[in-house]
Amino acid sequence: MSDSVLEVVDVCKEYPTTPPVHALRGVSFSVARGDLVSVVGPSGSGKSTLLHLMGTLDRPTSGEVVVSGYPVSELSDRDLSSLRAHHIGFVFQQFHLLNGMTALDNVADGLLYTGRTLQERRELAEIELLRVGMGHRLTQQTTKLSGGERQRVATARAMVGSPSIILADEPTGNLDTKNSDAIVELIEKLNETGATIVVITHNREIAESFPRVVGLRDGLIEHDSASVGAVR
Amino acid sequence: MTSTLERSELHVSDMARTATIGMRTRRLRTVLSALGIMIGIAAMVGVLGLSESSKSELLAQLERLGTNLLTVEAGGGIGAGTGTLPDEASAMISRIGPVESTSTISAVQANVYKNDLVDEGQTAGITVQAVDYSLLDSLAGTVADGQWIDSATGSYPTVVLGSVAAERLGIDGVLGTQQVWLGDQWFTVIGVLDTFELAPDLDRAALISLEAADVYLDHDNEPTRVLVRVDPGQIDQVGTVLAATANPEFPEEVEVARPTDALEAQEAADDTLTALFLGLGAVALLVGGVGIANVMVISVLERRGEIGLRRALGATRRNIAGQFLGEALLLAVIGGVGGVILGVAATALYASIEGWEILVPSIAVIGGLVAALLIGGIAGLYPAIRASRLSPTEALHTT
Repeated sequence: MSDSVLEVVDVCKEYPTTPPVHALRGVSFSVARGDLVSVVGPSGSGKSTLLHLMGTLDRPTSGEVVVSGYPVSELSDRDLSSLRAHHIGFVFQQFHLLNGMTALDNVADGLLYTGRTLQERRELAEIELLRVGMGHRLTQQTTKLSGGERQRVATARAMVGSPSIILADEPTGNLDTKNSDAIVELIEKLNETGATIVVITHNREIAESFPRVVGLRDGLIEHDSASVGAVR
Repeated sequence: MTSTLERSELHVSDMARTATIGMRTRRLRTVLSALGIMIGIAAMVGVLGLSESSKSELLAQLERLGTNLLTVEAGGGIGAGTGTLPDEASAMISRIGPVESTSTISAVQANVYKNDLVDEGQTAGITVQAVDYSLLDSLAGTVADGQWIDSATGSYPTVVLGSVAAERLGIDGVLGTQQVWLGDQWFTVIGVLDTFELAPDLDRAALISLEAADVYLDHDNEPTRVLVRVDPGQIDQVGTVLAATANPEFPEEVEVARPTDALEAQEAADDTLTALFLGLGAVALLVGGVGIANVMVISVLERRGEIGLRRALGATRRNIAGQFLGEALLLAVIGGVGGVILGVAATALYASIEGWEILVPSIAVIGGLVAALLIGGIAGLYPAIRASRLSPTEALHTT
């Protein structure tokens, strides 16, 4: 337990629409340091909701999420921002890179809210871009990059500053098979160097290429390939 | 859990950098939205600068001309017509204590022509006035070319022309040999004057000495106007007794005026225009502010994805609000600085064309910049708050 980076404890999420939507109905699992976990499920299974809760972008209706030992329910909105700045990295399906900026500055912005100086941020960003194989595109505007290259830059941005956990939301969703395979390979490589990564995907094939698979359906965990580690 | 959470932190310089992202990626929109503020500020700075410059010009003009001149003129009463003042009017006025000097003008019933062949009806609207030698000093007038009449030249048929009269008679320089046909006599032109700021009607006159009028035109020299220079401290007191002194029998037929009042009245009219233009500038500024607010609201809608990303990267609500407020302020400051430069340039250009001293009141410059900042702040506040209240999950789901 002490080695767990993320704990999701009996989490429910209800959206107050009419009728109310129960996106998650009591989900529990934990991610240990160095894990590479995929959360797979069809559309509407609650994957995105789970990612938002794990990423502290939203709060559960009930239950608890603990990131790096900090229980989300005890933190203010400002504290959650701090938690995200220092402990969580995100990779999005739409990349969410900022236009009009170079690849280097996009990655450096991954540390923008950590209080590091611009020079420090750029130095760390360069190292990270080299790690993801984008060392030759440092000063390139992101609009000039291919989809695969953009996702590499986005991955470097999530990695920069070595957060406790990286949450990737359909990272291959906007990529062709070749680029998709390359990103999966990159994720595996980063995990080998010590990064803790949770990948959300609807693609069962990709999900099953990872060491641990958590299946989600109708807001409940259907199966967990490492159920021993789950807190239930 | 015992470890304390490191705070999310954004340096001021980084905050400023994030505030420029919008304008770096949307340059045309930045220029257009700053333009509204720029026009407003330029109008206000320009109007204040021009009014200040022209005011200083007026003060200099009044200083030069002296405000202590009063004119006493016949006419004004019922059935007065083209009356004259009593012969002794000038002497009587001189006896008033605070009067420093007097100068007499007597309108001559004669016309002046370029030569004796010109048709009698073509007078070109030029009057003939018999005047004291002291007239030029009394009116603070200046000679453009040639010389003024003095006791030596005044006893001969000589004439000095007002600026407009000279132009109408086709005389642009004094050679000493030109003559004009004045009251069936040849008069030699010995001088041409500059414009009289205190008596524009004399610009259209041919001026001869009282002596010449008497000798050559058999004019009775009854004064029609007396120019009075008064002790500056007692102008009002002298003004009240002048009519009765000049014509004790019919004081109501005497008009007393102060020529510099006309200049001041003109300036007062300019003040009204200044207020009008300032009002227009304020409206332009307001419209500019609405433009910025509009652009910022659109910008927040367009950049929801970016807002979501920044929240995910650890930005606090305050960081997001600061970024958008900073952007609005920056737009306004660009407009404000541009407006001040434009306003000062316009003032400098116009004032130098008019030959005025270039004066831009610092209150206009500072006020312009403060107004721009204030408007930018107000315009950016609502969009900034809106951006900061956006839920990160919602924001991320917009592409």
